Amino acid sequence: MGGNISTTGPSRPVTQEYRPRPDFFRIACLLASILTITLLAFIVGEILFKAWPAISKFGLGFITGIQWSPNREVFGVLPVLIGTAASSFLALLLALPLGLAIALFLSEDFLPPAIRQVIRFVVELLAAIPSVVYGLWGIFVVIPLVQKYGAVIAAKFGFIPFLAGPAYGNSLLTASLVLALMVLPTITAISRSSLVAVPYALREGSYALGATRWETILSVIIPTAAPGIVASGILAFGRAMGETMAVAMLIGNSQRLSWSLLSPSNTLSALLANQFAEADGIQVSALMYAAALLVMLTLGVNIAGEAVLRRTQKATAGLR
Amino acid sequence: MTTEASQHPLELTNDFAPGETNFIKVDNFKFFYGKKEALHGINLEIPSRKVTAFIGPSGCGKSTLLRNFNRMNELIPGVRHEGDITIHGTSIYDPSVEIIALRRRIGMVFQKSNPFPMSIFENIVYPLRIAGQNTRSVLEETVERCLRSAALWDEVKDRLHDSALGLSGGQMQRLCIARAVASRPEILLMDEPCSALDPIATAKVEELIIELKKDFTIVIVTHNMQQASRVSELTAFFYLGNLVEFDNTRKIFTNPSMKQTEEYITGRFG
Repeated sequence: MGGNISTTGPSRPVTQEYRPRPDFFRIACLLASILTITLLAFIVGEILFKAWPAISKFGLGFITGIQWSPNREVFGVLPVLIGTAASSFLALLLALPLGLAIALFLSEDFLPPAIRQVIRFVVELLAAIPSVVYGLWGIFVVIPLVQKYGAVIAAKFGFIPFLAGPAYGNSLLTASLVLALMVLPTITAISRSSLVAVPYALREGSYALGATRWETILSVIIPTAAPGIVASGILAFGRAMGETMAVAMLIGNSQRLSWSLLSPSNTLSALLANQFAEADGIQVSALMYAAALLVMLTLGVNIAGEAVLRRTQKATAGLR
Repeated sequence: MTTEASQHPLELTNDFAPGETNFIKVDNFKFFYGKKEALHGINLEIPSRKVTAFIGPSGCGKSTLLRNFNRMNELIPGVRHEGDITIHGTSIYDPSVEIIALRRRIGMVFQKSNPFPMSIFENIVYPLRIAGQNTRSVLEETVERCLRSAALWDEVKDRLHDSALGLSGGQMQRLCIARAVASRPEILLMDEPCSALDPIATAKVEELIIELKKDFTIVIVTHNMQQASRVSELTAFFYLGNLVEFDNTRKIFTNPSMKQTEEYITGRFG
């Protein structure tokens, strides 16, 4: 049997060349992956362990409670949860239209490619600015602006609960404005890549049917890229929720429930950053409980975002 | 739709004579991609309501010429042209001609089917919706008419609102043909419409082309010589940016005047 093959080489079964050998690279990768998962499980486990005294003592009342006074050992995070959701949502509301507009500007042929590349680079550079620098910029630029114009708005539209005064500089609005800028690169980058992934054939098809560029963008390109744009929003939301330093510097750190965007508020991450240093006893445990909630929320949001993004990639893969 | 179209200087639908021999007239037309001259002064008269095939080896300029009829080439930066193309006596480059209106009067089918990721129904009514037509009854009537003329109605009538991406390759291409005829164009441009299809789907599309020529002036670019001889009445052979020969398909394939044509159709080069 080997006679036919052996004319060109030594007589041995061909399969020998491809017999699986101990693959060190594969084992190294496997170990690294297991380590990552173990670390995540360890972190979550440790947080839950440290939070356990608070979890068993306060239960779900921790989530629905509106008082946070460490001196009386009363801990409720509802205002902080609302502050977290509200600041992130408001940031998203401000950043999504702007980010999508930039993404469109960078994915379509409005500009020569060289200029597009520069703008893309600058927007992505926003992600490289340290959080504390955003915080400082917020303190010296955004806070005075919010104080000045917030007072005007509160005077004119104060009857609307969301815009009621007095306009503190440190407020939910201030934090949201800065957060919007911080999540802009996330939205732009992911939206842009899903817009670019829309096959040229679809644009061509739309133009050939007599559509203008705007009709093509609004009716074909954005709907095709929609799941990716949604995913960019979800991931940006997750990022805004977890953002700590800049928010802690700007939001005012008040656990009081308020409807107004111009009032100080708080987020889970800012709460942790501000109170950890001086906490002891059950307060540490309560903060750990809050940390556990934050981890659950950001993990949930990020998993949702990744899931949507993955579905998009599958859907557009069929178009190419 | 029709009222809007007839206000336009390019009145393709009115006083239209089915036997017109110079319906599309290409007059000493040159086309440049940047500095590269892709077409060297083409003269060609395409009659109405016939199927005209463009054949020739890759890079000969046949697709370039086709894509100039609805000015699709202008999406590419750095292109320019010399000479003129007229449709029913009106220059497509006349300043009063709106490119959008021109493209509404000329349907185009591409090499690879390009259904939009929406329902079958919405794909077909897309050209109507962008023209501002949203009347339910008109849209429904158009969908049925177009799907019937693309021989797709019986296959998809029960799932009009399902995604168009769930169709087979051949069905998708016929859907694109249905979409291309939705705004009642006069001319149908087909750029290698069957090159991505299997033989059975190809046969269906070819049958459809022969059926459609009753209502449309069809220009088809094809690499498939048998296809050109099966579906077309006139054939133009292009080579290196020149129109070598243009005649009745039967004559081109049985007794071509030019040696180059004969060599190409007998497979000696290309």
